[in-house]
Amino acid sequence: MKSKTWLLSLMLPYWRQILLALILSALTITSHIGLMATSAYLLARAALHPPILDLMVTIVGVRFFGLSRVVCRYFERYVSHDVTFRILSQIRVKFYQGIEPLAPARLLNFRSGDMLSRIVADVEIQQNFFLRVFAPPFVALLVLFGYGFFLARFDVRFSFILAACFLIAGLGIPWGIKALSQGVGRQLIALKAELNTQVADSLLGITELVAYGQVQAHLDKIQRTDKKMVDQQRRIAWLSALASALMGMIANLGLWLVLVLGILLVEKGKLSGVNLGMLALGTFSSFEALFPLALVPYHLEQNRAATDRLLELIEAEPAVKNRETPSPQPKGLDFSFQEVCFRYNQGEPWALNHLSFRIPEQGKVAIVGPSGAGKTSVVNLLLRFWEYDEGRIDLGGHSIREYTQEDTRSFIGVVTQRTHLFNATIRENLLLVKPEGTDEELIQASKQAKLHEFILSLPQGYDSYVGEGGFKLSGGQRQRLAIARVLLKNAPILILDEAMAGLDPLTEREVMDEVYHLMAGRTTLVITHRLKGLETMDEILVLDRGQIVERGKHEELLRQKGLYRQLWETETVSC
Amino acid sequence: MFDKRLVQEVRPVWGHLLLTVGMGMGIAFLAVAQAWFLSRVVAGVFLEGATLRTVWNPLCLILGIIGLRAGLQWVSEISAHEVASHIKSSLRQRLMSQIVSLGPVFARGERTGELITTVVDGIEALEEYFSKYLPQLLLAGGIPLLILGFVFPQDWKSGLILLLTGPLIPVFMILIGKLAEKKSLHQFQSLSWMSAHFLDVLQGMTTLKVFGRARDQTRVIERVSDSFRKVTLSVLRIAFLSALVLEFFATMSTALVAVTIGLRLVYGTLSFSAGLFLLLLAPEFYTPLRTLGLNFHAGLSGVNAAGRIFEIMDLPVLNNNSDEKGGNLDDNQEELSSEFQISFQDVSLTYQLGETSALDGINLSLKSGEKVALVGPSGAGKSSLAQLLLRFIEPSAGEILVNRRLLKTIPQEKWRQQIAYVSQAPYLFAGSIAENIHFGRSSATIEEIKSAAQGASAHEFIMELSDGYQTQLGEGGTRLSGGQAQRIAIARAILKDAPVLILDEATSGLDIESERSVQQALKRLMQGKTAIIIAHRLSTVRQADCILVMEHGQIIEQGKHEELMKMQGLYYQMVTEYRGESL
Repeated sequence: MKSKTWLLSLMLPYWRQILLALILSALTITSHIGLMATSAYLLARAALHPPILDLMVTIVGVRFFGLSRVVCRYFERYVSHDVTFRILSQIRVKFYQGIEPLAPARLLNFRSGDMLSRIVADVEIQQNFFLRVFAPPFVALLVLFGYGFFLARFDVRFSFILAACFLIAGLGIPWGIKALSQGVGRQLIALKAELNTQVADSLLGITELVAYGQVQAHLDKIQRTDKKMVDQQRRIAWLSALASALMGMIANLGLWLVLVLGILLVEKGKLSGVNLGMLALGTFSSFEALFPLALVPYHLEQNRAATDRLLELIEAEPAVKNRETPSPQPKGLDFSFQEVCFRYNQGEPWALNHLSFRIPEQGKVAIVGPSGAGKTSVVNLLLRFWEYDEGRIDLGGHSIREYTQEDTRSFIGVVTQRTHLFNATIRENLLLVKPEGTDEELIQASKQAKLHEFILSLPQGYDSYVGEGGFKLSGGQRQRLAIARVLLKNAPILILDEAMAGLDPLTEREVMDEVYHLMAGRTTLVITHRLKGLETMDEILVLDRGQIVERGKHEELLRQKGLYRQLWETETVSC
Repeated sequence: MFDKRLVQEVRPVWGHLLLTVGMGMGIAFLAVAQAWFLSRVVAGVFLEGATLRTVWNPLCLILGIIGLRAGLQWVSEISAHEVASHIKSSLRQRLMSQIVSLGPVFARGERTGELITTVVDGIEALEEYFSKYLPQLLLAGGIPLLILGFVFPQDWKSGLILLLTGPLIPVFMILIGKLAEKKSLHQFQSLSWMSAHFLDVLQGMTTLKVFGRARDQTRVIERVSDSFRKVTLSVLRIAFLSALVLEFFATMSTALVAVTIGLRLVYGTLSFSAGLFLLLLAPEFYTPLRTLGLNFHAGLSGVNAAGRIFEIMDLPVLNNNSDEKGGNLDDNQEELSSEFQISFQDVSLTYQLGETSALDGINLSLKSGEKVALVGPSGAGKSSLAQLLLRFIEPSAGEILVNRRLLKTIPQEKWRQQIAYVSQAPYLFAGSIAENIHFGRSSATIEEIKSAAQGASAHEFIMELSDGYQTQLGEGGTRLSGGQAQRIAIARAILKDAPVLILDEATSGLDIESERSVQQALKRLMQGKTAIIIAHRLSTVRQADCILVMEHGQIIEQGKHEELMKMQGLYYQMVTEYRGESL
């Protein structure tokens, strides 16, 4: 129910076009009825050999209906499709606006193949809502009343036959089909999503599949899903074939019944024989309005499943909500964690357990520790991707909850191990950060990140494409591009989240200089599991299982002979 | 529109197609019979004063025809669907196996989103081509001829009107179709492009948020989907226009037939019953042609989707060449199972013509049980070497030999069974952790899986997860950290227990503590095995029997750790660099 109201609310702004489309659609069918009925009438009149002038009006009528049908049909289609695609466009935007606040916390459990299938395929299905669910019943009703009144002028029993046939064909058959196809539409959508995921899996994980000889097993899996889909589609095909066969039969039966009643009336002299052919043919033509009704329930169900999948995300609660009030002005650019507790899900162990630390303006603090210690959680909280459970986080003298998420992030530049590069040009990837950035600024930032020379060496320079996920660039180049982005953003707080992981020592050494350059004059938080280059830090926090187990400067920590010393020894001795 | 390769697909199911078309012709024939009896009855009652009783027999016949028509209709639609369904399944299967045989190098170069769309939606787009367009194309040829066969004996003038206007419909359809074809191709590309764009945005959402650009993407989404709307609508407009022309001919000719018949009735040159019969046949004559026009768009999107599908199918599969002439399989197994020696002879590799080569004149030899480490800056060609050995790609020049036999003459599957591979960014599949490890060896028991996980230092963190080994993983192992994903991949390799081990920076995502335990696991794993270790963390390579230092696709230094240190070359530089900051 909710899904229908939601779709109807999206249609509301377009009610004029929708009404026009409905009327045009009814007129198209009326013209068809008119063409066949007047033709039959013309023939019958002509058979009585009247003077030709008497037939002129009828002849004009035949030609008029022939022409009007064509014209109405064209405009009806144009208007209805135009409206439909406008609505689809709206839905896509609404969907994106809905999921944007959810990322990344609430979207972790969704595969991007699945999300893609929602924003493309599930939205695409919505076009059926107007064209195949909403419009046909209205049009059928209009035709039933219009032609029913026409028939009643001859004998009201004709109207009853028409109404009965409309009722069976318009409600009875669709209802029967619905009962028989219960759940198929929903299953089909689910199966298609499964297929999408499996195909995505086989493409993204192809290296593993091939190396482990699992290709055939995975292809078999896809084939099984495909088989299931085929079975469901076959059920739909059987039912839809049955529906269309029955519909055709009822239309013919309607014609037959009108004919039989007509013959009886002619026999009794209550109907002129001239009208007999006209009534029969007109009735048959009016059933054109009913043919689309057979699949209404099927489309409705498929539609609802798709809409539910969209609404599931659009209406989900974001992990972090913005305050209504405007953000305060920060007093300085320091930040602090005070007794912060946080866990990703109820019932899971604490990711951060009473964590406290402070970074003064332009201070440099590193957090180290084994993986799973909670290092990345600190970043997630600071960037307002997740909401902390207890304690407080302050930024510039105010709780970060007082700022909007966007304002908080605007103070922070981040270089992570996996910065996403968009499949666009280098220029576009840089401008993403600062759309109004000039060429000089781009070049300036690239020069500082030691990337300018390389970019110029490419045939297209700044307009070279980086490939999907930036695969055309090496690891070092990718990180430099990430650094250039942060330079462009020029935020006063810097987070380096395993920024150097995955680089070879020489590249790391080279990029390191640019990173130091980046840190100058900024409040910096370094997250790393390597202890290299931490001598310059003001403070190092050693994190284990969400708690700080040691803290101090590099030399102090070495003297303490604790976990830090242990980690440091592993790193150096093994070399 | 009559795509040759698509039509060839029908061959295995031509019986069904024949049935569909046969039923269609049957229905048309019944329609003629129905029109015949109907016109008789109406004429009898109207002009000859017949009563219900006298026309009861033909009325009953009509009733029978109505029932029979419905039956034929049902069968015809079902068999039409069967045609489409078989072809779709078979094509999807072949397309998928083609894509996987093209291998990792291909999949990486293509937009994943676009490929998914082609495999899932592109194939679905063929449904209507086969179930509607193709049979309708045949019926549009047959039914009008059948009808004409009945019209001409009755009245050659009406027959002439139909005969002259009928062919105009296909002619116009082809004219408009040519135009629509181009537009529609554009639309399909536009859809793929939109998908790829959305996927990119979805995957990069976190990055967008960090830079405060996520909101602005709304406008981009709006623009992209709006331009898709415009493209779609411009295609549809042509489809509508073609339908308009077709319908114009159909309805106006019907009107023309009605008017001329009417006039001749006035002059008494035609009987009423024949006139009514002709009027009833006129729509039957045009309907198949009009329906063809309606299905035209469906046919088009099928043809376009097929274009992309066959484009992929036609790509040459690089390394499938010699599997057939692989020789005696038992022989191979014997050769590969125990002692063997791998050697590269002047191997070079260029990914694409005109690009600089990734590998340039590589010579190396590796005896079973030996451990070789590859080090060097990123981009030096270390991973390419691994890919060659795994036969994801073939060398552009030179040969790789296994026991003095060309590697490419050994069946791929057989060869890969001998290798356990841990890649740089291991991929975790939708499914449980257990399933993901199980992957290494399908015959393994759950105990073996657990002991493999223990060996990879993964058991502990797995047990900390709420569902343990049954924990479901998201795309790319979203809920696992990079280090955890790597340990799962190492567990896979341990489970596989193959004689050759390739570790491509297998421990790069691990922190020191877990690396130490994983190192021990790997050391155990490597015992008695041939191993190629790609690493930039130099701590992992010291125990290697031989260290190869690579740069710009060439091996520039090689030897043991101590020897290389003495040489004071690139290796020395890297080691001191690495030590430098921690000393």
